[in-house]
Amino acid sequence: MSDKLSIIVVEADRERALLIVDSLREAGDFDVAVISEVTGLSRRISEKNPDVVLVDVTSPSRDMLEELTLASGPMDRPVALFVDRDDNGLTRAAIEAGVSAYVVDGLRPDRIKPIMDAAIARFHMFSQMRAELMATRQALEERKIIDRAKGLLMKAKGLDEDAAYALLRKAAMDQGVKLADVAQSLVTAAGLLA
Amino acid sequence: MSAPLSVGFIPLVDAAPLVIAHEIGFAEEEGLALDLRPAASWATLRDMVSLGQVEAAHMLAPVPVAMALGLGGSGIRLDVLQVLSVNGNAIGVSTTLAEQMRAAGHPFDFFDATAAGQALMAAKPEGLRIGVPFPFSGHAELLYHWLGALGFAAPQALSVHTVPPPLMAEALAAGEVDAFCVGAPWGTLAVESGVGELLLPGTAIRRFSPEKVLAVRHDWAEAEPELTGRLMRAIWRANRWLGQGQNLTTASEILARKPYLDTPAELIERALSGRLIVTQKGEMRTVPRYVTFFEGAATFPWRSSGALIADRIAARTGLDRPAARAEGARVFRSDLYRQHLARTTADMPGASERIEGALSEDTPVASPSGRLTLPADSFFDGFIFDPSGEE
Repeated sequence: MSDKLSIIVVEADRERALLIVDSLREAGDFDVAVISEVTGLSRRISEKNPDVVLVDVTSPSRDMLEELTLASGPMDRPVALFVDRDDNGLTRAAIEAGVSAYVVDGLRPDRIKPIMDAAIARFHMFSQMRAELMATRQALEERKIIDRAKGLLMKAKGLDEDAAYALLRKAAMDQGVKLADVAQSLVTAAGLLA
Repeated sequence: MSAPLSVGFIPLVDAAPLVIAHEIGFAEEEGLALDLRPAASWATLRDMVSLGQVEAAHMLAPVPVAMALGLGGSGIRLDVLQVLSVNGNAIGVSTTLAEQMRAAGHPFDFFDATAAGQALMAAKPEGLRIGVPFPFSGHAELLYHWLGALGFAAPQALSVHTVPPPLMAEALAAGEVDAFCVGAPWGTLAVESGVGELLLPGTAIRRFSPEKVLAVRHDWAEAEPELTGRLMRAIWRANRWLGQGQNLTTASEILARKPYLDTPAELIERALSGRLIVTQKGEMRTVPRYVTFFEGAATFPWRSSGALIADRIAARTGLDRPAARAEGARVFRSDLYRQHLARTTADMPGASERIEGALSEDTPVASPSGRLTLPADSFFDGFIFDPSGEE
């Protein structure tokens, strides 16, 4: 039996999984494997029987792991949730970062801390990137809707672009709603009338 | 200035009391600014409330009980303040299994739990695999009771797997499970995606079964009695509002929105009014009390409900049953319910414990207003649970 700590990372996104694996390798000499499909998750993990499972807290498949930790006699294998019950700061950081470790077999707490530290740092970085990407996408979507609404106004009322925009902005200010929402209502209404 | 209070929930139809308390303004009326935070899994939600990331949470009734028994979670004690919803689950089988059962003469009448269970066991006598949303859930409890009563030596002969509801149809299609028990609208979605058929509503197994609860940390409820009371009253009023049939359309529209279920309102309304599509041909069944929010003191946290759940879990896992019953009863805080809802018109049952499963029809009971009727709560096999009993 190898004395290397074996870790399974449950992550559907390949790029993200690779980065987590890299960061774990930097943190220590671990035997790391990735599971990317959620179907049959608990069966796959049982087959590999790792020391640690790293999973995104915000993943619905986390509930499947719960079952696994309870699988063999509830009292001999308690859900040793997160890193170490006593290390509340790290636990909190883990849950905030969106990562949790499930100890599915005996494990020495001192070995898991660097893993968690590395994983938390990576998850943080990724969640920030994801948030930025989402904000950019939404801004783009709003831009498109506003352009469509402007077009509708220009056509319907014979306005030029600036006047159409001013009209939208005024309606938004009068009603105390976002410009994009006014534009969306207009586009929806136009769709119904068409 | 409203007091901020964060509440975690899973985007499901039965999170409605929390959403309505916030959206219709019952929370505001109590001077609370609810910050509703969606979570993706029950384990996450449990940990969020245990670690103080949220003050209160929408939870499967057996989760706080299991935690009190030392099963799952970080060992922090939670209190159940009130019941959020009663019933709401449905059992379905894979298309293959449904065809086999139909060929063997099962009529799929959707109401006879004995016939359905026997047909299912005949179609798959060994190695039946059933998906539920969480190891400790009303879904699992219903299944163990149902198939256990029909002679399946649960849990040995039966394998119950955890499958998150959004992945249920996928697990059925992939052949990971043969059947499932899940809340709305996930059963219907499995039917609509062509991988299964609905076999029974949960009410065919037990007619009135507490499903989701409002849970908080025990030490929080102790330290913040004022906030606890305000939260409980706001939620109770939301439950009362949801109990009025004319509000269901509005409720569906609100729940359908993005931060909540992000699902067509029509699907939600069908679930709220108990109209279920059971086959791919679009056959519909109407289930009385499919999800109940208010009727018959639905929100009252009976101590005996906690004791019953604890007793069943203990019996399965080999824990000491009398000790487990006492622990389970302690989790359901009927005392706080009486204390904090005293200023409302909430109907209080005379007792805080009852014999579970004893009512085979709706029965008027003693209460201060004299108008309380408890709904029938019997099990299909006539099982009753006396919390002070020996067995």
